Formats: sequence, C-alpha cells, structure tokens
Amino acid sequence: MEQVASWFLWLYQETGINLPIVYDSFDRKRFAEGFLTTVWLSLVCLVFSVVIGIVGAWLQGSRLVWTRRLVQGYIQFFRNTPPLVQMYFFFFALGNLLPTVENEFGFQQPMLGNFAWAAISLSFFAGAFNVEIFRSGIEAVPKATVEAAEALGYNRLQAYLHVVLPLAFRVCLPALNNNLVNLVKTTTLAYAIAVPELLYVSNQVWSDNVNVPEMMTILLFIYVGLVGILVWAMNRWERAMKVPGYGA
Amino acid sequence: MNTAAAWTPDQPMVSIKDVHKSFGELEVLKGVSMDIMKGECVCIIGPSGSGKSTLIRCVNALNDIQAGSITVEGQEVNDPNLDKLALRKKVGMVFQQYNLFPHKTALENIMMAPIHVLKQDKTEVEARAHRLIKKVRLSGKESNYPGELSGGQQQRVAIARSLAMNPDVMLFDEVTAALDPETVKEVLVTIRELAEEGMTCILVTHEMGFAREVANHIYFTDRGIIVEHGPPATFFTDASDPRTQEFLSQIL
Repeated sequence: MEQVASWFLWLYQETGINLPIVYDSFDRKRFAEGFLTTVWLSLVCLVFSVVIGIVGAWLQGSRLVWTRRLVQGYIQFFRNTPPLVQMYFFFFALGNLLPTVENEFGFQQPMLGNFAWAAISLSFFAGAFNVEIFRSGIEAVPKATVEAAEALGYNRLQAYLHVVLPLAFRVCLPALNNNLVNLVKTTTLAYAIAVPELLYVSNQVWSDNVNVPEMMTILLFIYVGLVGILVWAMNRWERAMKVPGYGA
Repeated sequence: MNTAAAWTPDQPMVSIKDVHKSFGELEVLKGVSMDIMKGECVCIIGPSGSGKSTLIRCVNALNDIQAGSITVEGQEVNDPNLDKLALRKKVGMVFQQYNLFPHKTALENIMMAPIHVLKQDKTEVEARAHRLIKKVRLSGKESNYPGELSGGQQQRVAIARSLAMNPDVMLFDEVTAALDPETVKEVLVTIRELAEEGMTCILVTHEMGFAREVANHIYFTDRGIIVEHGPPATFFTDASDPRTQEFLSQIL
C-alpha cells in the first residue's frame, strides 16, 4: 500500500498526472466514501424502483378505475418531468413542508436528509419507467395461462405472484436492464442537492488539487466498471431464469 | 353454504338450468339445461360456435351467465357472492391449449396449486404429484419443462395438474383438438381411465368414437340450444332432429 502510494506520488512529480485519491490519505478517504455512497444510493434506488414497478404494475390491473388513474397519473408526472427538477421539487419543496426534528447538537434540522430525498426522488423516477416495463411484460403473458391459474383456484394476487410476474420478468428483463443502467448513471444528479456521492467528492478533490482531467477520467472509468457489474449481474440473472422451450 | 351442505350424492352433481349467456349483442347460450350425476361421463358435441365451450367455462365461473342457474354439489355458481375458491376446489378444468405454466417443470406444475392455493404440506403434495405423473404415464418426465414435452404429454401433465386438487368433477374443453392424431389416443386413454374410476367428467369433444365408447350421455348443441340428447347407444343411430343428422353425417 505504502509502495503504491509512493509510486503515484512519483508519477505526479515525474509526469504531472496528479491522483491524490491514491497517495493522499484524506482525499483517498473521502473518495472512497463517495464511491460507497454512490454504490449504496444505487442499490437503494434499484430495489425501491423495482418494488415500485412491481406494485404499480399490479395496481394498474386493478378493477377500480381510480386506482388505475392514480398509477397513470404517477407515471405521467414522473416521465414527463426532468429528474433534476423532480429532485429539486422533493428536496426544496416537499422537504420544506415536513416538520423539523432536533438533532444531537440541539439544532432543528429537516426530518429527511439530502440522501433520503435523493433516494426517494430517483426511486420514483425510475419506478415510473419500471411500471411501464413490467406492464409490457405482463401483457405478453397469455390470458389463457392466467385463466388456467384461476381455474386452479388462484386469486388475482396469487396468480400475479406465482404465474404472471415470473413470466413477465423473463419478457421484460432486457428493458428493465436498460432502465436500471440509466438509474445508476442518474444517481450523479444527487450532486445537485449535495449528496456526497462520487461526482460530488470528485468535484471537491479537483477543486483542492486542480486535477480536473485526471478526476474526470477516473470518474468515467468507475462508472464503466459499476454499470458493467450491474449488466453482468443482470445478464447472469437472465440466463438463470431461461426456461427450455419458452421465449426465444 | 347452506345449500351446499344440503347436497346429497343422489342429486345431480352438476345441474344446469335454463342458462342464458351473451357476449355483448351475441347470445351464445339460449336456455341450456342438463343434469350430470356423480360418476357420470357426459359428452357435449356440436358444430363450432354452438356454445359448447362457453357452457363448460360457465360451470367453473370462468364466464358468468346472464340468466338461469348452475349448481355444483348444490353450490350456486350464478351468485355475486360466489366463493370461487370453494367452487374451483370441486371443479377441475383442462383446456384445449394445455395452458401449463411454462416456467415450471412438469412436476412443479402439478404441485403448485395444492401448495399455493390449498396450503398443503409440500412433501405430501410431492408424493401425490409423483403418483399422478405415473398415472398419466409420464414417469421420467418430472423435471422436463412444458416446452420440452409434446402436445400430448403436456395435455396429460395438465390433466394431472387438475387432478392434484382432488376435484369432484372434471371439465375437458376440446382437450384433443390441438393434438396430432397419434397423440390424441394417449390423452383419451387417460381420460377413459378417469371415467372408469368413477370421476364425474364433462367433455366438449369432436371425438365421436370416444364419445360413443365412454360417455353415459351425449348432448348435441347447435346455436346455443341443446337440440338432442341421449345415451350413445341410441343417440348415434336414432337421431331424429335433422340438424343432428346432418352434423353426424358430416362427422362420422
């Protein structure tokens, strides 16, 4: 570790390529924390957006017209507005309406912090697309298959969970994959409300060290890696769910 | 529930009385009545579009009816407060296109409903599923997915899947219509065994030879009504209505 650090210091002195996130313990620490914040934010948003997608697609099939309209309204609202504006809306508009709580130092602070608001707004943003993605999968499930489940005594929820959803998943995984990739990349928007994620800490690092080109390059490669891992995992999942004689 | 409790085996197991069913403007069933006793095997034949499939779909409430009454073991199907689960525990159904769950193996297809719907113990259900696989002569195919099975094999899995719920009456909706001639036989053998074991069966079919051999009673429907019915011995030879005669002359 010590040797690696000194090599990067030497690299800086010899070539001018400055990567303090390797040799400087302070920058290393905040960059690592930024990385973990991005990973954590991505995971939280992935899980919640998929849950929103599954629940929303279920509600879309409801017999109650107002439930369907509500889901439709949600989709329209989040699909037709820019995600940055949504995040501002959540953080500055809704955040202000919530009551404040007293923190450990005796000061009043907002009930939800910026990380929570970023997670909420990004989950709802990606969730709106996921509802539509799951709907496309659900519509590809033959009605006759659902009818067979009904004839066996399944109620609507049981048929959804055990028959419709597993089949719909297989159909819509490629589209879901795309949306989740976009979601991971969109987490950089949390920068705008000062969530210390990768882009935000990189900004701090390059402001202190004036090494913008190096940090930009590092950032790009980290996102290539992060999204690469997600795509790899999703593809594995897709293969694991492949059923002989069904689908392609 | 009171009416269901009042049912005794000497009464019709399935009783259809003056059933009317329309899809929008189109009236498909125009007052159909029939009684099926426990252990009987009934075949419904008739030209396509005559309402045969619609009729049996009404028996397990996959379609609702506009007027009339259908009771299964005394339970009224045409009831807005119908307990669908209670009905469907009694009535098994097999479809023309098998409609197996493609993401589950043959064995899992059979096990799913008893576990998910009846909440039965998994090991007990699995043992029963193995017996049923054997019964429909598909031993060795337990872990095959529907996509890996032939049409006739899939249909036999579908029959086993239905039987796993221990129904009192089985509905067969043109179950051999999508099969090639060689595999029709293996499915019919399975159904015949069921009928011989005393399972109450209602079949919509175009297999006249099978109907003649296995059915206790044959109904001929055309344009939403029952034109003629009788036991096979007399039905095929003594058909009196010209529509029945014409149909039989075309098909036999």
